[in-house]
Amino acid sequence: MSDASGAAPLLEIRNLSVTFAGRGGAQPVEAVKRVSFSLNRGETLALVGESGSGKSVTALSVLQLLPYPIAAHGPQSNIRFAGEELVGAAPERLRRVRGNRIAMVFQEPMTSLNPLHTLDRQIAETLLIHKHLSAAAARTRTIELLHLVGLPDAENRLGAYPHQLSGGQRQRVMIAMAIANEPDLLIADEPTTALDVTIQAHILELLKDLRDRFGMALLLITHDLTIVRKMADQVCIMTAGEIVEAGPTDEIFAHPQHPYTRRLLAAEPKGLAAPADPTAPEMMAAQEVKVWFPIRRGLLRRVGGYVKAVDGVSLAVRTGTTLGVVGESGSGKTTLGLALLRLTEAEGHIRFASTDIVMLTQRQLRPLRRQMQVVFQDPYSSLSPRLSVAQIVEEGLKVHRLAASAAERRRLIETALVEVGLDPEGAERYPHEFSGGQRQRIAIARALVLKPRFIVLDEPTSALDMSVQAQIVELLRELQARHGLAYLFISHDLRVVRALAHEILVMKDGKIVEAGATEQVMTAPEHPYTRALMAAAFDLAAVPA
Amino acid sequence: MHRSEPNADRFLGIRISPLTRRRLEAFRRNRRGFWSLWIFLALFVVTLFAEFIANDRPILVRYEGGWYFPVFTDYPETTFGGEFPTAADYRDPAVQKLISAKGWMVWPLIPFTFDTINYDLPSPAPSPPSIVNWLGTDDQGRDVLARLIYGFRISVLFGLTLTALSSVIGVAAGAVQGYFGGFLDLGFQRFIEIWSGLPVLYLLIIMASFIEPNFWWLLGLMLLFSWMGLVDVVRAEFLRARNFDYVRAARALGVSDLTIILRHVLPNATVATITFLPFILNGSITTLTSLDFLGFGLPPGSPSLGELLAQGKANLQAPWLGLTAFFVLASMLSLLIFVGEAVRDAFDPRKVVL
Repeated sequence: MSDASGAAPLLEIRNLSVTFAGRGGAQPVEAVKRVSFSLNRGETLALVGESGSGKSVTALSVLQLLPYPIAAHGPQSNIRFAGEELVGAAPERLRRVRGNRIAMVFQEPMTSLNPLHTLDRQIAETLLIHKHLSAAAARTRTIELLHLVGLPDAENRLGAYPHQLSGGQRQRVMIAMAIANEPDLLIADEPTTALDVTIQAHILELLKDLRDRFGMALLLITHDLTIVRKMADQVCIMTAGEIVEAGPTDEIFAHPQHPYTRRLLAAEPKGLAAPADPTAPEMMAAQEVKVWFPIRRGLLRRVGGYVKAVDGVSLAVRTGTTLGVVGESGSGKTTLGLALLRLTEAEGHIRFASTDIVMLTQRQLRPLRRQMQVVFQDPYSSLSPRLSVAQIVEEGLKVHRLAASAAERRRLIETALVEVGLDPEGAERYPHEFSGGQRQRIAIARALVLKPRFIVLDEPTSALDMSVQAQIVELLRELQARHGLAYLFISHDLRVVRALAHEILVMKDGKIVEAGATEQVMTAPEHPYTRALMAAAFDLAAVPA
Repeated sequence: MHRSEPNADRFLGIRISPLTRRRLEAFRRNRRGFWSLWIFLALFVVTLFAEFIANDRPILVRYEGGWYFPVFTDYPETTFGGEFPTAADYRDPAVQKLISAKGWMVWPLIPFTFDTINYDLPSPAPSPPSIVNWLGTDDQGRDVLARLIYGFRISVLFGLTLTALSSVIGVAAGAVQGYFGGFLDLGFQRFIEIWSGLPVLYLLIIMASFIEPNFWWLLGLMLLFSWMGLVDVVRAEFLRARNFDYVRAARALGVSDLTIILRHVLPNATVATITFLPFILNGSITTLTSLDFLGFGLPPGSPSLGELLAQGKANLQAPWLGLTAFFVLASMLSLLIFVGEAVRDAFDPRKVVL
């Protein structure tokens, strides 16, 4: 909509540089290097990049919200908003702009609302400050806004606290706060990354709708190319603090010029799992597995009811195959994975390599632990920060006495590290010196060094950047083919599941709603919930489930 | 088996992670805390050798071609040609005369120990500061500076021992509660609530009436109640950390509970513990001082800051007693607090060092 050719754009950024002072004598870090772009009213511009590419820092510079003076802008940096220079503007002027003419929606709806304030107060605050409305008028406007963002039963929710809302509802409240003063520019920093796919679709739809209705400009920051394709008119691809390519969305996706853009576009997990033998022996079989957490009530702590985290799930994972477990947060996927490994208490029958392990004590279970391993979602929290890589990987070897000597242990560690594609020279280093993808490789090496037969992969890719995700998926596929591993692959990301799983289970509220071969479930979902999930994941379409 | 890396970072010969390096840097950057630590350490080391600084016997005696070390051993007076077979009193002018006739001796800087009574005072005790008694004497004619040096040493040693022991017990108790949780945790918490409700001071007073409290008795009694300080902190860290993914991963590897506690969870609690230590040390020293002040502490005659305070209170006409005790206590406690603050800052990941 840049038809008003003579008029200046709403937001114009020229040669923006941001430098962070180094800590304790370290070199200063240039997080953003001479970035320029402009954005018109009614337009959506997506800043795309992997973590650490400087996209959030760019967005925060617009509002001048960086931790000055640790952060500093370069001498030629210009941020002109509606003809007004924002770099180095006086605090009073910035306050008039922030939350009034430029609003921001943050990534994490759990922490961006004040837990001690009711919805009424959170939203009305900005109205009272900027619009000087009376309390009654602010209240009316708040209800109006909550209706606008589609929060059901808004009138009765005014007194609610953030913890009483779900993640998606909280993000709606955040958006209501952001648009309360009808800003000219809305900055959305990964607005849906923390949300489930079906909710993500709803929120994106809402943002699009609001942009069109108010003629706002939308600066969208994301790493998710599917979202970009659906939402943005213009794209800027950022890496290492620089914009390497910019242009209209269709053009960039059709004819990427810069090698990084090409790599990014090629990085989406592709392909299907290698065909597997459907008659292979069952490595892990579970019947009617239940994990019920008791809710205790009253003075005597009597059991008043149960949270049925996993409620009667039956499954089988064959040697050399992958069973994908799909569902939204709270559906019990992770609990199921932990139950199969007896890391949480469960009822039912769990047979691992034809031994029923439900009744075994932890001591009896220890020899079996070698053969069933787990890789967790977040490689930042799953590695002890105070142990070196070698110490992390060797722990299992020590527990199971798998190496006769220190030299042999060393050799096994190095083999495992090489196998996951890491340089064994780094064995003495600490986890924080590695990137997210490398850390996930260390976590896989820790499991692999024991030569297990069954691995539970609990969202192993969802904390990683897109290009790294594809590499990890590739690695997992390779390891499966080489060692005939059985995987239970838990994920909410259907793209990754499709690339890896032979069979698929769809879970909702602790129960299986659909199960079958991956292609069959993906192409012809039967259950309405599965259908909604597929639509949201692949087309970002909001379908009422 | 670890290959040595040429560029491995070392501190005092121990290989350290960059995180530790950053913390050391942050600590050094807090100038006040950094210097406080050095001053405190210097004072502590000096007072550890109190016998060589303030003593009523010489460090070294040269007599008739032989070397004698009265600091370490007792020599009978007859060794130096005296008449009595009892231990030589080197402050006795007669003995001094005997030795200087056939040799010489090296005296410590302050020729008094903590219980030496100076009978040769210009005015009745407590006598004001003079050339001989630099900080004056107390009401029994004992040198205040000598008592101060010994008192400082015993206070710090008591504090350090109590802190070390109560930390070990507190961390262990907190770790067990936090890691296992459930009924064990609940039961233990209630026990701690009851135990901490016991009146410690009354117990000490009662105990003091039928045993003679000495250093170890006091240490044991205080230890019974002082270990609870760290329990809550460590317990909270363990409650948090036992659900960490790497702890789960360790359990999935089949690692035993004890190993998980020591290797994976305890390091998380060390930050909280180390941050608390200077303050616990402070508390321990203050407790001992206040007991001494009230007269329920170390046995009579022992050098103690609390006892000096009590003398200052009883002898307001001799302000050097109260003032000395006050300044020494205040500076010692302030130094420790400054160190504690610096340690806290060093371990604070959010503290931005510019």
